[in-house]
Order: sequence, then C-alpha cells, then structure tokens
Amino acid sequence: MSNRLNVLKTCKLYIGGKFSRSESEHYFQALDKKQKPLANLCRASRKDLRNAIQAARKAQADWAGRTAYNRGQILYRMAEMMEGRRDQFIAELERAASSKRRAENEVDLAIDRLVHYAGWTDKYPALFSSVNPVASPHFNFSIPEPTGVVGIVAPDDHALAGLVSLIAPVIAGGNSCVVLSSEKLGSIACTLAEVIHSSDVPGGVVNVLTGFRDELVPHLSSHMDVNAVLCAADDPGQKKTIQENAHLNVKRVHFYDGTDWMKEGAQSPYYIMDFQEIKTTWHPVGT
Amino acid sequence: MIPDFKQAIPVDQIGVEERVARFRTRSIKKESKLFALKLALQMVDLTTLEGMDSPGKVRQLCDKAMYPYEADPDIPKVAAICVYPNRVRLAAGVLKGSGIHVASVATSFPSGMGTLESRIDEVKYAVDEGADEIDMVISRWAFLKGEYDYVFDEIAAIKEACGPAHLKVILETGELETYENVRKASDIAIYAGADFIKTSTGKISPAATMPVTLVMLYAIRDYYLKTGSKIGMKPAGGIRDAKTALHYLVMVKETLGADWLTPDLFRFGASSLANDLLMQIIKQKTGHYQSPDYFSIG
Repeated sequence: MSNRLNVLKTCKLYIGGKFSRSESEHYFQALDKKQKPLANLCRASRKDLRNAIQAARKAQADWAGRTAYNRGQILYRMAEMMEGRRDQFIAELERAASSKRRAENEVDLAIDRLVHYAGWTDKYPALFSSVNPVASPHFNFSIPEPTGVVGIVAPDDHALAGLVSLIAPVIAGGNSCVVLSSEKLGSIACTLAEVIHSSDVPGGVVNVLTGFRDELVPHLSSHMDVNAVLCAADDPGQKKTIQENAHLNVKRVHFYDGTDWMKEGAQSPYYIMDFQEIKTTWHPVGT
Repeated sequence: MIPDFKQAIPVDQIGVEERVARFRTRSIKKESKLFALKLALQMVDLTTLEGMDSPGKVRQLCDKAMYPYEADPDIPKVAAICVYPNRVRLAAGVLKGSGIHVASVATSFPSGMGTLESRIDEVKYAVDEGADEIDMVISRWAFLKGEYDYVFDEIAAIKEACGPAHLKVILETGELETYENVRKASDIAIYAGADFIKTSTGKISPAATMPVTLVMLYAIRDYYLKTGSKIGMKPAGGIRDAKTALHYLVMVKETLGADWLTPDLFRFGASSLANDLLMQIIKQKTGHYQSPDYFSIG
C-alpha cells in the first residue's frame, strides 16, 4: 500500500459560478518549492477569458444592486469559510512556497483582511460621499458607484494574501472581477475559488483563471467590456501592454506591484475607492 | 400533385438530432467567418413585436436597420424590419428608397384565433399600408385537430390577399409537438403557396431550434427536387448570438446548397442577434472583444 501513486488534483477554472475545464483542453503542471509536481492547472485560453468576462458582466448589476449590508455579510461568510479550511491553506502554501510559520501568518492575515473589507461595505459610501454647496436652489450630491467589471492580474509572491487583498476591495465596492492568478501558485487561487463558491458569493462576481499571463493579459486589457484593470504582477512588458490597450475604451488602470500585502497597512477603504466612479446628482430644493 | 397530408412522412428523430449535433461542431475561421457574419447580418429581419411599440421605437429600429454601425461603412444593411400592421406605414416611410423590406405580422398574430375574414382584412390593410412581406400564423387548433384542408385553404386564401407581397407562413413549431407534425405543416404551407416557411412567432417557448429548422429544410429540399421551385426559410426567436447564426448557415448550406445562402431565401427573425453579429464583425476586424456599451440599442 505504501507505494501507491498520489492522485494529483486538476484545478479547474472558476467561471460564472461553475468549475470548468479549459475550452482548449490544455493543461500545465505547477511545481512545489522542491520542484516536484504540485497540481495540474488548466491553461485558460482567450475564449475562457471571454466567457469569464461575459459572466462577470452578467453578474455585476445584481451584485451592485444588493444592499451594502448584504455584500458585507457575504464577505464575512468568505472569511468564515476560509477559517474552516485554514489547515488546508496552510499545508498548500507551505508545500508550494513557504515555511509553516509564514504560511500560518499569511492565512490568518488573509482571513482578517476579508473581515476588514466586510466591515467597510456599508461605510465607505458615507465616508466618500459629499453634499456640495451650490449657488442655485438645489441639493447637490456626489456618491461613489462601482466601476463595473475589473480585470485583476494577481501577484506571484504571497499568493493568498495578495489575492484576497485584491479581490476583497473590488467586490466590496460592488464590482465583479476576472482574476488571472499567479502562474506558479495557481492551485492556491483554485482553492480560494472553492471557498468563494461555498460562501454565498453569486456566480460570476468572482471568476478565477489559471494559465499563462503572457497569453491572457493582451486580451484582458483590450476587451471592450472590461472597465478597469488592476495589475499587481511585476512584469514591465505586461504593464506596458495594459497601459497601451487601456486607451481603447479608456479603462481605469491601477498598478499595485511592489506593495507588501503582508503588512498591516496594506488594507484601507482607499483600495475600494480605486474602483469607484463619483457620480454627482442635482435635486431641486423643496419639491 | 398535392400530396395526401393525412399520410404522415416519418421523421427520424435521432437522425435529425445527431445531424444537428454535427453542424454544431463546425468551426468557421478568419475570412470565412467575416464573410458568414456579414451574410448573416444581411439576412436579419430586425423585429419588434411588442404591445409597447411606440412610433418612436419603430423609427429607431428603422434607423438601426439602415445604419447598423456607422463607424464602419463596410457593414451591410439588414434584410427587413418586421412590425405590427399599425406601424407599417411609418416604417415604410422611413425606409423608402433604402432597399430594406417592410414585413408585417398579420392574421391575428400571434394566436391566429380571429375569423378568417378579419385575418384577411388585416393582411390587406398591411399590404395597403406598404408592407411587401406578410408573416402569417396558421390555425394550430385546426392543424392539431387534423383539419389539414382548413389550414391549407386558409393559407391559400391569405396568399391571394397578399397580392404582390411575399408570404411567410409561421408554423409555431413550439405548439406542434412532433417532428412529423412540423414536416406536415411545412408541406401544407409550401403546397398552399408560401414563399417562406417560418418556425415561430417568438411569443412562446421553445421558439426556433436547429432540429426543427432542419426538418423544415428537408421539406423545402423535397419540394425543390420535385418541382424545381425554391421556398425560403426563416427561423425566428431564440437565436441571439452570432455563433448559433453561423451554425444555421452551415446547416442551410449543407442541406439545401449555396443557392439558399441569400436574404431572398433565408432570413433570421431576431432582435438582439443583429448587435451580436455587429460585435463579432468588429471583433474580427480589430482583434478586440467588443462591448454592447458601444453599439446602438435596437
């Protein structure tokens, strides 16, 4: 019995609330820190990306229309579900790239970060809205509204903390997102997708793809139905591609590379505001 | 000459569905895809059939038909617009000189439950108002009761009332239940004088499906082999994306031949399909996936 073969997990893509294999049927193998096979990952094609963006678009309006309180409940539920899988995350992180101690730190931080943003969902609009003084007899309000569909290019280091730190503020603000996970640590993203799937997040609000970023970033950044791109990967070529393609439909672009997601301060409502648009409305006084 | 409609023509259900499954595996790329997308756009009957169709909405739809996407002059116009009879005059006025046909549903659309006289009057009214294509519905109650002569005679009477206008006969396949019935209704419509046979009103589900359309294409093929006349086909309802439209084109080409790949003999009854075709055409040309945000509502 001792010489049985390990069954390697094939991590699937998470698109529109369903786990599916790549339409291309291509796979690649992720290695652990000892260069041993860790998992088989789907190599997402541009059609998978297109499907994910369609799913994100479809889900966005309903998600933004939920009450802020409900979005907070769901983010908190994500934290609860992660807590339940704490040991699994620690084991996976440790095996892939980390020491036990650092892995524990990272998982705890990721869970706490979700709780942090869960608390912000019904507070940031009040904090960042304003009633503006105007000369005419009108009320004049400015309020933040979600940008829409956000493409997220995940960082390679601190796969779990980084991923949660990017996804949480984006969805807390009512956006939906398509995540291109780290190539090396795609299996962590896949496990996170399983957590998201089991925690009341409506299908399509978070979509997770594994694959080669060089193949996917050009299509993500040129897709006309993506409203913003958040890139936390430190790759000058990909950053240039994103900036060049963003002009097509004037995407909002933010680069977060160089941020240490393990720091306490790498969380704030300003991360939510990075993917909000300020809308100003006028209302006549007295009617 | 006219067959005995009481005699059922057997349809191999498994065969039809497996044949359709094969069509769905075809993949068309590059220049051929661009050609097919443009062809499909030229075959669209841009349709609005709602109780809330205001004159403004119909005018907007006509504009969409004439200028689907002005940023690219290479984009073709659609074949026709399809409206209720009381909006025909308006549409005909706006579309005058554009070469786009004005189709009108008539004959107590969508149920067909009016008296024959009132249905014929409606057809005459629509033609007088300027419709050059009439989409009629058959009396499904009579068909399902086995009164095939009644259905045949009503189609013939309405064909006569159409005068110079083309007649499309809607079978409403979603209510006919079996492929045999679809085949039979197709034959009745064709022999009674239909220029086109059309799957559905779009008001009930399921609307157009590929297997049902294939059965109707077989009826058209058999009639062509027997008489040499070409009858047109119009699947309507439920065709929303370009990919499905291309599968239909493949099915038509491989069942009836390239002669039918023209708006004169094949149409799509649809509203949202046009925008998806436009988005795919622009995608083919630019290489960038498109967003509905940048295409007019229509």
